[in-house]
Amino acid sequence: MADEKDREEIIVAEFHKKIKEAFEVFDHESNNTVDVREIGTIIRSLGCCPTEGELHDLIAEVEEEEPTGYIRFEKFLPVMTEILLERRYRPIPEDVLLRAFEVLDSAKRGFLTKDELIKYMTEEDGVSLCRLGW
Amino acid sequence: MGSGTSTRHHSAFQNAERTFKAAALIQRWYRRYVARLEMRRRCTWSIFQSIEYAGQQDQVKLHDFFSYLMDHFIPSSHNEREFLTRMFTEDRFTQDPEMEKCSDYESIEVPDSYTGPRLSFPLLPDHATALIEAFRLKQQLHARYVLNLLYETKKHLVQLPNINRVSTCYSEEITVCGDLHGQLDDLIFIFYKNGLPSPERSYVFNGDFVDRGKDSVEILMILFAFMLVYPKEFHLNRGNHEDHMVNLRYGFTKEVMNKYKIHGKEILRTLQDVFCWLPLATLIDEKVLILHGGVSDITDLELLDKIERNKIVSTMRCKTRQKSEKQMEEKGKANRKSSAQEPIPWFLPQSRSLPSSPLRLSSYKAHKTNRSSSIPCGGCLDGRELSRQVRSSVELELERCRQQAGLLVTGQKEEASRSASEADSEAGELQKPTQEEWRQVVDILWSDPMAQEGCKANTIRGGGCYFGPDVTQQLLQKYNLQFLIRSHECKPEGYEFCHNRKVLTIFSASNYYEVGSNRGAYVKLGPALTPHIVQYQANKVTNTLTMRQRISRVEESALRALREKLFAHSSDLLSEFKKHDADKVGLITLSDWAAAVESVLHLGLPWRMLRSQLVNSSADNMLEYKSWLKNLAKEQLSHENIQSSLLETLYRNRSNLETIFRIIDSDHSGFISLDEFRQTWKLLSSHMNIDITDDCICDLARSIDFNKDGHIDINEFLEAFRLVEKSCLEGDTSECPQATNAKDSGCNSPGAC
Repeated sequence: MADEKDREEIIVAEFHKKIKEAFEVFDHESNNTVDVREIGTIIRSLGCCPTEGELHDLIAEVEEEEPTGYIRFEKFLPVMTEILLERRYRPIPEDVLLRAFEVLDSAKRGFLTKDELIKYMTEEDGVSLCRLGW
Repeated sequence: MGSGTSTRHHSAFQNAERTFKAAALIQRWYRRYVARLEMRRRCTWSIFQSIEYAGQQDQVKLHDFFSYLMDHFIPSSHNEREFLTRMFTEDRFTQDPEMEKCSDYESIEVPDSYTGPRLSFPLLPDHATALIEAFRLKQQLHARYVLNLLYETKKHLVQLPNINRVSTCYSEEITVCGDLHGQLDDLIFIFYKNGLPSPERSYVFNGDFVDRGKDSVEILMILFAFMLVYPKEFHLNRGNHEDHMVNLRYGFTKEVMNKYKIHGKEILRTLQDVFCWLPLATLIDEKVLILHGGVSDITDLELLDKIERNKIVSTMRCKTRQKSEKQMEEKGKANRKSSAQEPIPWFLPQSRSLPSSPLRLSSYKAHKTNRSSSIPCGGCLDGRELSRQVRSSVELELERCRQQAGLLVTGQKEEASRSASEADSEAGELQKPTQEEWRQVVDILWSDPMAQEGCKANTIRGGGCYFGPDVTQQLLQKYNLQFLIRSHECKPEGYEFCHNRKVLTIFSASNYYEVGSNRGAYVKLGPALTPHIVQYQANKVTNTLTMRQRISRVEESALRALREKLFAHSSDLLSEFKKHDADKVGLITLSDWAAAVESVLHLGLPWRMLRSQLVNSSADNMLEYKSWLKNLAKEQLSHENIQSSLLETLYRNRSNLETIFRIIDSDHSGFISLDEFRQTWKLLSSHMNIDITDDCICDLARSIDFNKDGHIDINEFLEAFRLVEKSCLEGDTSECPQATNAKDSGCNSPGAC
């Protein structure tokens, strides 16, 4: 029992260091804050794969009560640690990614044209639903 | 949707849903991919910058240390004194204002076989253009014309004020370019893309024309030529690299001596003159101030306007003017040195006046991690406290150095110091600048902007300060200016605005660290003085690569440099690793690896993020550190018989060594005697805390003397390291340095000592 707790502590400590490093790369003023627009890059470089929606929720969680445009490390750390511990937003395995492409390639050509890719990539979740008239 | 929905609608909806999910998934993946690429890009950048600035700090430390030694050291023999004096006299060439030796160029014959460009004075625009063309075709300008051009350049520069005032009403546009650092391709590209200088097209080049790149001479020739041809439209500012001391380390001196074997010395001597006469700043329409580094909270443009700028020969080392005889005496009493009179060496608690360098990176936290442990950042101690600390540190340091260098302590401090200062005044009749004057110029040439408010000592680079947006604002307001243009720092995009767009950094050397590392840029100012930036990258190869390929390329280069640095610290790393391996299992956790590496290298890099590139993934997150070090060595070394840990030390200090060599080699012959080498190494090793016996040094010196003639060929010596860099992996493992106990470091291989 004690062993397990020790292990967890070690893991958490390691996560803390990792998160700190990633955070510091974007901490341009060396005052433990980063621009909110870089949070996505930081989270993703730590191995997570959130959607834009999930990211917005996350940002809301770590922002100040009155948003300043900056995120402080003290608020970011516990939230990010939790994410890593829970293995949230893990990237989907590659074969699923392949199937996603196959879904988009309804004609089964084995490729997508540049225009098609642009079209799919630049639509937000659910936007086209509206276009269908629903 | 009501129950009346048809199946067709329903399945269409389902299809759409699947499509969106698929698209969303791909989006997520892609964003993560881009984020990781961005992270790698930033890490790579910080590797390059931290290594560059660490090198600069080394440079300054070295100079400061030797200066300090010069002032306080009591050589035990006349020879030693001679040696030191010769090494550290600032005015390496005697200043002889009366007989301008430059006129010697007339006696230089140009052979008929010479096919390069020929210049005649006064220069015509065609001459200048011809120079560009000739250099593009890899021709070299004959020494006679080089000297002639330099002579004319100096004549012109002497007439210019410290702050050049330029107006936009005469020319349609002004183009400002930043650091070029010997990269001729970039200069040619700028003229190609933006047009050649002309009465309608003004240019300002903002310093750092030389060093690092391989065509510094050619760049100077072109710039000086255009300045003579279009004196009202073509302007140059001095940069911190327009300085013979800095040139010793960063390649310009070497380049000149290589290209001009007979007349190189004279060219360098003349250049010293030319450099110190370069204007310090340019002011456009009294609104836009252009200078190389930056400003500080004490920057005084009126004072700068008035000083005799040529008194500041080099910003690296300052001997300030003694105000009175009495103070000369006091100088002899080393203990009562007042901090206000002399710049204080880096290893003592210091005032702001002394160089130390700034690392302006987001990821580099030197000032936080207190990397240079002996330098407290910011804040001045009060005078008395300061001199007390100075006094005790001085004694300690002096004692330690003496012991290690095996030299005797005598009671003749006063005498020695006095004769040392005499030597200085003998060496040059040139009036020395005051402390304040020197500081003003250093600030202009070396400072960097920072995001936080305030103004603090630049503890990394070697001079000036970090200045905040409030300092900028204060200055702009005081002199009624619109904004500042400066250079001095490499930027990924070639330019960067900061301080609320009041400060523009412009950097014109593309691919500065490595092919693909960054763009270059120049800025054009129209009559409204709005800046218009043009970017470029002078290398065709990079245009055909994808972003990922480009980043990978630059990354590889950065990692190679980093691995080299790691190898150079093998012994220290080993002892640090062992501290984490109490049970002597030979394994440490990857987390401990990161901590250990940072505590040895002090680069402030994100080691955990770089780890996968530097360490092969090991089972169970544990690292066998000994074999990791061995692998590092294998990459770096080939079979040399030089004793292993000495080699490692040499390797780590080779930049310093090269600089020292060039300082010693005062006549630029390319050779130093074994004796000189030994003495230098002794001093250096005592300073660097390297534990090496006298015998080992002798043996080392002898082994470096490849042709056994009692002299060391500097270039040969350094070449050996370059060869070593490209070593084969097939190298004999037994020859590779076993980074064993640092204690019995001295002599591992038989017969070495």
